[in-house]
Amino acid sequence: MINDKNSQKIVDIIQNFARQHSLWVLAYGTGCGAIELPPTMTSRYDAERLGVRGAATPRQADVLLITGYLTTKTLKRVIRVYEQMQDPKYVIGFGSCTINGGMYWDSYNTIKALDRYMPVDIYINGCMPRPEAVLSGFAKLQKLIQAGKADGAKKYKENLEWYRANQKNVIPNWRMPEYNW
Amino acid sequence: MKEILYYTWGAIVSFVVAFSVGITYMGLNRKITARVQNRYGPPWYQNFIDVIKLYSKKTSIHHGVMHHMGPAFIMVTAVVSLLVIPILNGNKFFPNLNFQGDLIFLLYIMVFGPLGMALGAGQTGNPNSAIGVTRGLSQMAGFEIPWVMALVALMIQYKTTSIVDLMNVQVESGRWLMFSSPFAFLAAVMAMLGMFRYAPFDIVGAPQELASGPMSENGGKYLFVMMSAGSVFTFAKLTLYVDIFMGGADNLIILVVKTFTLYLIPMLYGITSPRYRTEQSVRWFWGWPSFFGLLAILQAALF
Ligand code: SF4
Repeated sequence: MINDKNSQKIVDIIQNFARQHSLWVLAYGTGCGAIELPPTMTSRYDAERLGVRGAATPRQADVLLITGYLTTKTLKRVIRVYEQMQDPKYVIGFGSCTINGGMYWDSYNTIKALDRYMPVDIYINGCMPRPEAVLSGFAKLQKLIQAGKADGAKKYKENLEWYRANQKNVIPNWRMPEYNW
Repeated sequence: MKEILYYTWGAIVSFVVAFSVGITYMGLNRKITARVQNRYGPPWYQNFIDVIKLYSKKTSIHHGVMHHMGPAFIMVTAVVSLLVIPILNGNKFFPNLNFQGDLIFLLYIMVFGPLGMALGAGQTGNPNSAIGVTRGLSQMAGFEIPWVMALVALMIQYKTTSIVDLMNVQVESGRWLMFSSPFAFLAAVMAMLGMFRYAPFDIVGAPQELASGPMSENGGKYLFVMMSAGSVFTFAKLTLYVDIFMGGADNLIILVVKTFTLYLIPMLYGITSPRYRTEQSVRWFWGWPSFFGLLAILQAALF
């Protein structure tokens, strides 16, 4: 009864509804884009009405916000934070720096495309994106979750070797704990 | 056999009622906070959604046995206190396990959860958790004093240690203890501010400062257990206050009205306050609340 396909479908619908309307955000304030988050969360744009709410630690968070350019040094921490998060987890890339390097495209110590190091579910472009753009990014993510298509974490697990090779390529002294996630 | 079934059924029903009422209160708290801050705010059922989501998260964190047990301790505390506290006057509909001396038992069991959580948080090895635990225990040393003083005053005055007896006293005399022992009520309400850990006493889980303190390593299903236990415990504590000081309730609607009125005190006080430091908080509890507690004991002993 529990295992048959239709009841699983109903469970999925309920779970996806809950996941969609309760996004706890870990804002990893890497670049300049982090400054757009306070207005998004506070009275003017009030993201909490969509169920978006700040989480204090990676363990409690569902969404990892990469708010801008990532230096290789920060990338190491971000990977660690991402691997500490619990499934299902989503990543939002914030600003053109995460897409193609933005104005740091020829910098010697920032990464260019975040996609090569972490699975990104949604990109929000703009330099920097306004709170409206951030909210529309969240709405897009909610739609993906509802359709069950936000499966970045699964992609990460399947292609772990590829991601690891890319990560080790740019991080010179790779000393990280092994996680059993 | 029939009695056992009756009690089990009653326990399940009271748990479900406590869970839904408690979690609705916490959702209303978020909504009212948002309205005070001139925001629209999440819907009142947002916490239900959060709880379902937390439950449906896959959780693979392992720091040791105590870490797994910590949230369970909190849940046990919440459920046991719910079962001991009479929900309605005359034990109507909700059978409960009250006995002579349950006030003293409650005093002990209510600190059992935080202590278990402290052990669990200690094992995670997260420095934020350790700081949160020390803060929590110091704050507990603060608010337990006026709280115990208020209860001792009631015990002296009415020569009983049973909650049901205290409720009967109010039903018979037609006067709430809130009016006949005002100092005890004041001390207890001030202690309640600390018990709920809303601002300005949210020094334990301060999210911006300590990354939510003792629960910083607990995500997913652990947080689910803690949130549900928190909502059950909220309801249990409010019901205890209504039982002792506001004459109990004859049916659920009156109970909800009374508990929500009481819940507004820590909520509104919290929304309009910033956060204390640890020593400020302890000093606050050892100031006026303890003084009122002392007055309550004097009143009970002399009059
Ligand atoms: S996209 Fe623009 S605003 Fe965002 S981090 Fe890069 S340079 Fe800064």
